[in-house]
Amino acid sequence: MSTRNLLAAALLAVMSGAASAEGPGLGQPLSDEEIPFYARYVMPDGRGLPEGGGTAATGSAIYAEKCATCHGATGIEGPVMPPVGPNDIWAKPAGRYWPYATTLFDYIRRAMPLDAPKSLSDDEAYALAAFILAANGVIGEGDTMDAESLPKVEMPNRDNFLDVWAKQGATPW
Amino acid sequence: MKRATDHPSVLDHVAGGGLLNRRLLLQGAVAGGGAALAGATMPRAARAQGAIPEWATVAGERARGYGMPAEAEAHVQRAILEPFADVAPQFSLSGTPHHRLRGTITPNGLHFEVHHGGRPNIDPERHRLMIHGLVERPLQFDLGALERYPMVTATHFLECSGNSLFNAIMPDPMQAGCDLLHGLLSNTEWTGIPMNVLLDEAGVKPEGRWLVATGGDGPSLARSIPVEKLMEDGMLALYQNGERIRPEQGYPMRLLLPGFEGNMNVKWLTSLWATDAPAHTKHESGEYTEILADGSSVKFTFAMGVKSVITHPSATMTMSGSGLYELSGIAWSGAGPIRKVEVSADGGASWAEAELQGPVLPRALTRFRLPWAWEGAPSLLMSRAEDATGAVQPTREAWKARYDASNFLHYNAIQAWQITANGEVQNVYA
Ligand code: HEC
Repeated sequence: MSTRNLLAAALLAVMSGAASAEGPGLGQPLSDEEIPFYARYVMPDGRGLPEGGGTAATGSAIYAEKCATCHGATGIEGPVMPPVGPNDIWAKPAGRYWPYATTLFDYIRRAMPLDAPKSLSDDEAYALAAFILAANGVIGEGDTMDAESLPKVEMPNRDNFLDVWAKQGATPW
Repeated sequence: MKRATDHPSVLDHVAGGGLLNRRLLLQGAVAGGGAALAGATMPRAARAQGAIPEWATVAGERARGYGMPAEAEAHVQRAILEPFADVAPQFSLSGTPHHRLRGTITPNGLHFEVHHGGRPNIDPERHRLMIHGLVERPLQFDLGALERYPMVTATHFLECSGNSLFNAIMPDPMQAGCDLLHGLLSNTEWTGIPMNVLLDEAGVKPEGRWLVATGGDGPSLARSIPVEKLMEDGMLALYQNGERIRPEQGYPMRLLLPGFEGNMNVKWLTSLWATDAPAHTKHESGEYTEILADGSSVKFTFAMGVKSVITHPSATMTMSGSGLYELSGIAWSGAGPIRKVEVSADGGASWAEAELQGPVLPRALTRFRLPWAWEGAPSLLMSRAEDATGAVQPTREAWKARYDASNFLHYNAIQAWQITANGEVQNVYA
C-alpha cells in the first residue's frame, strides 16, 4: 500500500468511529453471548420469540399461584391494573387493549411477578399469555401460544390507535 | 418614582381583582414601601436592651461532610402515594412540594419519583451500558470509560405524563397541596454525555430508526425512542445538580430526553437496542397511551404540553391578611421556551402579563411573578402560559372534552385557585 493509501485508510478508520471524533472511543466490543434477554424486546411480528409454548389451562394454575394476589382471582378484580376486561378498575386491560400479544409474553417474562421478575420459564410466560388472552375471549381456551401463533393473534384494539409521533413528531398532542 | 403604600387604591392596577403592574417588582416597592430606617438614632455607649438569642451566645456546630436542611424544615418532604400499598408498595409516586419551594431548581432529594418496581440497588462497578442491534459495532461502556467522555450541562424539567392526575379525573377538585396536585414535575441541572457521541461510536445503521432503552431495574422497564430525538438532544446523564445521580433518579446513569414524558427518560439505563420499528413495549402499549372521547387511542404522544401553576399562593395555604402579595408560579413546555404567562385574579375576566424570571430556558421551569393587592374579598386566581410555538394552555373543560373520562395523562389545563373571603386557598375547576 502506498503512503497515501495508508493515510486514507487511517482516516477512514478514524471517521468510522474506531476513535470517534467527539469521544475518546472507549466502548468495548459486545458479543452476543454477553447480552441478557431483556436487553432486547420481542417485536410485534414475532421476531425474538423463543422455543416452547403453553396453553390457558397450564397458565391458569400458574396465575392462581403467582399472580392472583395482585391482579385478582380471575384477572378482573385487581387491585393492580387487572389484565382481563372489561373491569371496573382499569380502562386498558392488557389482554384486550394492547395492540400486540407479543408484548404480553415479553413483559410477563421480564417483569412479573413483581417480587420475582425473570423467575418464569419461557413455557410459563407463554402459558400465562395464553391464559390472559383466553380470559379476554381473544383466543380459544385450548389454543397453544408459541412463536408461531402468538404474533398471529388479532388483538381487538390494534387498529384503534393513532401514531402521534408519525403524524406530528415532537409537537405535543 | 412611584411608591406602593398600604393603600391599594393608589397602586398601578393592570387587571381586575387587584393585579398590579409588574414594573412595581423592579422598583422594589412591593416589599412594603420605604418607611423606617431614617430617624433611628442610637444612644452612644449604652448597651442595647434587646434580648439575645441563645445561639448567639455559644460556638456553632462543627463542619459536616454532607449538609442537610435545617431541622425546622424537616417537614419539607415529597408526598408519597402507594396506590397498591397492600400488595405492591414498590409501585409508588412521590411528588415535589412546589408550594414549599421557590426559584426553579428542585433539590435532588425532592425530585419527583415514579417507581414501577421499586428502587434497585445497583453496583456501579458492574453496571454497563450496551449499545447493540442495528449498529456497525455492538459496544459496552462501563462507568470508568464514560467518565472520560466530554460532558455537557443543561437544565431541564422532567414531568410524568400522569402529573396532575387528580385534577384530570376527580369529579370534585381534591383539596391538597402542589405536591399531590402537580408534584410529578421537577427541574434540575443535568450533566452527561451527548447521546449522539455514543451512538456515533457504535454506528447506528440507516435502518435503525428506533432504539429500545432498557433500565437495570427489576422489571427491566423499556421504551422505544426515535433515533432522531436521541441524536438531537438526548443525553446519558451521570450527574444531577452537580452530584452523581441518586439511586432514585437512575444511579449510576439515566437517559434524558428533554421535553419528553418522564417514563421515556429511562432510569438505570443499561441497554440501547437499535431496531427498525418501535417494539410496542408494555408502557407504550397501554399505560402511557391515551383514550380519546371517541373511544380511539393515541400512542407515542411523547412531548409534554405547555403548562403553568401559581405556587404562591396555592391550595392548602391561608392568606395572612389583606394587602400586598407577590403572586409566584412556574411555567414550562416540552416544545421549547415559555413566551409569556398571563395571570387573572377575577376568574379569567381580565388578564395581566406576569414578569418572567430569566434566564428563560427551553424545556425548563420558568418562574413568573406579579404583584397583587388582595383586598380581602373572594377572588379566583388563574395562570395561562404560552410557549414559543404559540401553544396556549386549554381550559379544563376543553381538555376534558378531548379525552375519555378515564384518561389522566398529559393534563395541562389552566389551574384555578379560589381565595375565600377569609383567606383560604382552594383548588377549584373553572
Ligand atoms: C406483588 C404484586 C404483583 C404480582 C404478584 C404480579 N404482578 Fe403483575 N403487575 C404488578 C404491578 C405493580 C404492575 C404495574 C407495573 C407498571 O405499571 O409498570 C403489574 C403489571 C402487570 C401487567 C401489565 C398491566 C397493564 O395494564 O399495564 C401484566 C400483564 C401483569 N402484571 C401480569 C402479571 C402476571 C402474569 C403475574 C404472575 C406471574 C403477575 N403480574 C404478578 C404487580 C404484580
